[in-house]
Amino acid sequence: MTTEPQADPRPVRTAAEQAFAAMLAAAPADGSSRIGALRRDAAAAFLRNGLPHRRVEAWHYTDLRALLRAAPPRAPGDAAPAEAIAFPRAARVTLTDGTVGPLPADLPPGVSLLSLADAIAADHPLLDRLGAEAPDRYDAALALNTALLGSGVVLHVAAGVTVERPIQVAQVVTGGTSVFTRLLVVVEEGASLSLIESFEGPAGVPYLDDAVADVFAGDGAVLDHVRVQAEGAAATHLGTLGIELGRAARYDLFVLTLGAALSRLTVRGRFGGPGSHMGVRGASLLAGRCHADVTLFVDHAVGGCDSRELFKTVLADAARGVFQGKILVRPDAQKTDGRMMSQALLLSGDAEMDNKPELEIFADDVQCGHGATVGALDGKMLFYLMSRGLPQREAEMVLIQAFVGEAVEHVADPAVREVLVARMAAWLAARG
Amino acid sequence: MLDIRNLHARIGDKEIIKGLNLTVPAGEVHAIMGPNGSGKSTLSYVLSGKEDYEVTAGSVMFDGRDLLALTASERAAAGVFLAFQYPVEVPGVANMTFLRAALNAQRRTRGEAEISTPDFLRLIKEKAPPLGISQEMLRRGVNVGFSGGEKKRNEVLQMALLEPKLCILDEADSGLDIDALKVVSEGVNALRSPERSMLVITHYQRLLDHIVPDVIHVMHQGRIVRTGGKELALELEETGYAAYGADAA
Ligand SMILES: Nc1ncnc2c1ncn2[C@@H]1O[C@H](COP(=O)(O)OP(=O)(O)OP(=O)(O)O)[C@@H](O)[C@H]1O
Ligand SMILES: [Mg+2]
Repeated sequence: MTTEPQADPRPVRTAAEQAFAAMLAAAPADGSSRIGALRRDAAAAFLRNGLPHRRVEAWHYTDLRALLRAAPPRAPGDAAPAEAIAFPRAARVTLTDGTVGPLPADLPPGVSLLSLADAIAADHPLLDRLGAEAPDRYDAALALNTALLGSGVVLHVAAGVTVERPIQVAQVVTGGTSVFTRLLVVVEEGASLSLIESFEGPAGVPYLDDAVADVFAGDGAVLDHVRVQAEGAAATHLGTLGIELGRAARYDLFVLTLGAALSRLTVRGRFGGPGSHMGVRGASLLAGRCHADVTLFVDHAVGGCDSRELFKTVLADAARGVFQGKILVRPDAQKTDGRMMSQALLLSGDAEMDNKPELEIFADDVQCGHGATVGALDGKMLFYLMSRGLPQREAEMVLIQAFVGEAVEHVADPAVREVLVARMAAWLAARG
Repeated sequence: MLDIRNLHARIGDKEIIKGLNLTVPAGEVHAIMGPNGSGKSTLSYVLSGKEDYEVTAGSVMFDGRDLLALTASERAAAGVFLAFQYPVEVPGVANMTFLRAALNAQRRTRGEAEISTPDFLRLIKEKAPPLGISQEMLRRGVNVGFSGGEKKRNEVLQMALLEPKLCILDEADSGLDIDALKVVSEGVNALRSPERSMLVITHYQRLLDHIVPDVIHVMHQGRIVRTGGKELALELEETGYAAYGADAA
């Protein structure tokens, strides 16, 4: 979802906005290149709008201007590689404080992985994929990330290539800095890939992670995408994910949200050709006073595609969850099949969930539906389990795992699923 | 085994158990009969530790312990088992996983070692087929999509695996066809032993033809109002509960 241009007389006023403006001013200007122009336009978009606030519809429940008190300085960009969440068999590249670590050497033929800085220096043709949408429609997370574009990874899978091992792009932040990273993934016609993104950092340190991924899956491509947000408990995570599918493509995303004091993930998916499938699912486990917002926008720009959105949110303590989802079915997108569901489980009376699923349908021959539920653990089920000997905590854990399990079970790779389930179990045990 | 004295329990402001006395010695099977709403299911919930109910007076001793001081899961580990009148569906929790989790949770609470995978599988293979519980039903979510009769058989399977000391069967016969009634009764009878007591709640003589009780109690308005031998069931079948209407109000 984009921020509508606002006529704000003083868009840059809070401490965080001023800090971001200073970062933009300090970034080296880059004359006439296409990337240089993109950066400039994005910077202008931020300076025109500042941080979004509750009067900006897409950010109504996550008033970034009020919530983001400060922006830590940018990371210097020379960090030594840190340890990241491991996934079995995955070929991994780790970005530590935005610094791209060693690239995996043993990638199969047809797969190329390079640092964004190298791609920019080489004026790589894949970079033309960036900035398809005019920067004046960018929200702050995307505008800042694009204005400060430089750190990140470009991944390309050539047509027809099946990548057997998952490829993991791991992000680790080590200190109180602001990190802006970009991931560009292009899976060409008929190729298939399992992609994992992970985000983590230290627990007690406020830092900012602004991560954008642009994903393109060509005709007949198959892409499984897992995104694990396990940031430190004091962190701010701003995630933006753009997905563009060709015809007869299959794309399935699973998003696990476990960390950060404040997080927002904006997913914008668009069908560019008929016969494609998009699954956007996730589980958020939120505790303490954390605030996590997942906002989806699925654009059925063409007909004959199906999309499935399923989000499960578990809220303990005084956590706050936000789910916004919009399925747009454009006038000619007949035979669209779209289903969106958001379900929240409140483990505490102080927790809060805001659900806003929407359908906007301009075609007549479609099957679309959406729903949202908020509830507590079922007392009857809890008693049934306890009456068989499961202590209360364990019975609760079993029910919570069953609740999120409905979303996780869609992760195709059992080894990846196992890591996710273990992460969730650890979260539940820590709540103990 | 079970000794209930002057038990009073309520839900909200409503007193449902009103001074109930009941003793079930080890090895005996006692039946409780009584009209709808007399508090039979409530008694079974109070005994198994459902928190919605508040015990306002009385005591329950079980196997030498104060049962009311224990949580529901502790009671289960101590040997209390309730076969529910309406078994609960738990989607997303595979029946097999649940059975094993229950068995191991009880063992842990008792300070025993967990069961090994081969031992557990052997146990399931031994106990499930006689009750007509298929592999497919073991893989499905607990009771999810089970027919009424399948749910009841699944309750008996749990009972057979967990080997409780006190089995409370709340209308184990309701919703069963003639053959399923036999299967369930045989499953229950196989568990009869000198160390195990049973409290069988039913409305019908039919079940007691299969699970022959040592003693029958009549419950009315939250109390045991009459106790007798198995011939009492036949008498009730004839006369109904009209005779208890006057003195119990
Ligand atoms: N949660 C509740 N809130 C209020 N009243 C309740 C609640 N649960 C049970 N009761 C009442 O307590 C009384 C006893 O109910 P209970 O289910 O124990 O009866 P029962 O003897 O098992 O009946 P049946 O033979 O129909 O199964 C009934 O009047 C019932 O309405
Ligand atoms: Mg009842």
